[in-house]
Amino acid sequence: MTAFVDIDDVTLVYKGANGGVHALDRFSVSLQKGEFAAVVGPSGCGKSSLMKLVTGLVPPDFGKIQIGGETVRGPVKMAGMAFQNPNLLPWRKVIDNVLLPLEIVQPHRSRFRREKERYREEARALLATVGLDGFAERFPWELSGGMQQRVSLCRALIHSPALLMLDEPFAALDAFTREELWCVLRDLWEKIGFTVILVTHDLREATFLADRIHMMSARPGRLVMTKEIPFPRPRPIEVCFEPAFTDIVHELRAKIGEVRKG
Amino acid sequence: MSTNAMERLSPWLFTLGMFLIWEIVCRAFKVDPFILPAPSQIFVAMGQYWWPLAKNSFVTLWTTLAGFALAVAFGIVLGIVVGWSRAIYRGLYPVMIGFNSVPKVAVVPILVIWFGIGEIPAILTAFLISFFPIVVNVATGLSTIEPELEDVLRALGAKKLDIMLKIGIPRTQPYLFGSLKVAITLAFVGTVVSETIAANAGLGFLMVQAGSNFQMPLVFAGLLLLAAEGIVMYAIFAYVESYFVGWAFRSSMSAGG
Repeated sequence: MTAFVDIDDVTLVYKGANGGVHALDRFSVSLQKGEFAAVVGPSGCGKSSLMKLVTGLVPPDFGKIQIGGETVRGPVKMAGMAFQNPNLLPWRKVIDNVLLPLEIVQPHRSRFRREKERYREEARALLATVGLDGFAERFPWELSGGMQQRVSLCRALIHSPALLMLDEPFAALDAFTREELWCVLRDLWEKIGFTVILVTHDLREATFLADRIHMMSARPGRLVMTKEIPFPRPRPIEVCFEPAFTDIVHELRAKIGEVRKG
Repeated sequence: MSTNAMERLSPWLFTLGMFLIWEIVCRAFKVDPFILPAPSQIFVAMGQYWWPLAKNSFVTLWTTLAGFALAVAFGIVLGIVVGWSRAIYRGLYPVMIGFNSVPKVAVVPILVIWFGIGEIPAILTAFLISFFPIVVNVATGLSTIEPELEDVLRALGAKKLDIMLKIGIPRTQPYLFGSLKVAITLAFVGTVVSETIAANAGLGFLMVQAGSNFQMPLVFAGLLLLAAEGIVMYAIFAYVESYFVGWAFRSSMSAGG
């Protein structure tokens, strides 16, 4: 079976004024369709470069990236992205923030004016699945941080992307809200079945959500280990309190400790 | 009295208080009206010369607004061009800084040689002095788009034009309206500078004439009217700002956490 996302022996060097920054070094990871993968590593290990590479914003210097059997040569258009900062547009209502990608990406772009009502209905339904029923006509600044992040997830998913790229999406939230949003993401993933690459430095988050965890070394980022997470789906949040869960987190933690020392 | 009513009244009270202190100081120290006329004398002069004052105020007002309108149109276009790409930004910035550093008083004689004495040099001076903050603010609004937001859209295949239309230009509006308040007051400075050097109408011209006739209360009456015009125009643009980009004020009070 061929992989849906195949990052094959990729090296990336940013050329700066004072020498290059070696971000990724011969990095290889592949994902099956519908897989939930997490990428963890010490800070500054090139995790964010990975986001840019996979979405086609930056070409690799060596190696290649394939999505759905096709080599990535430019913006992939089939990926949704969400970041630590929700980055909502303050002059747009929640629903219009969610609809933003449809105003850009084809084929929705050319249909958008004609079928606006249908799209709005879809957006409202999506907002309802993340628990934002009745918030569609509010402005982002009327929402709490956790709610804004939910809107950001909806914006990333509105065009039904096959691949969802998340760059530390929950890092700025408090612990309770974070766990709440883990469950929101888990439910969305189980319901819709997209492929996810979640970049995070939270080992519990990675262990709870992912099928596989890929650990990277400090810069230049190399793949250090891949860990399968055996817990059955659907996973209730109580999994986090099982000894087996804690063992995995400890194992990952010890490994990161080694990696950081170099 | 409620704090709200107090806040609304306080600008009037402070202005009134300033005039009162001014009047008292002038009387208590018997200040020569040729050095500093008391407000009462200024208001008498205003009543006495109301027609030339009104006529010349109007000239100053319309030349300022004409120059300001040019500055807004040109400033927005140039701001978008400058904010569009880093290369243009870096290339044009030193030129603009240099241009802005030139005192506009020094340019007026050139304008007079080109266009003759009259309203056109005043309009152009108002334009030259007030377009700079507009350009800088529009360009800043465009060039400070959050890179991650740009990534989200670029990954979807958005072109530079899409990003500008969907994000850049709306997000520039608070910067633009903020700069209009600064630019309109600068435009008055430009007009009056030009009028005092070479004009045959306008408050600047009137003040020079009155000064050379030693009519100091009339000179000060011109100054007060200038200040009043500036305040009124500033207030109008502050209102326009809060009307169009209210979201920018509210979003800073976001619910958070």
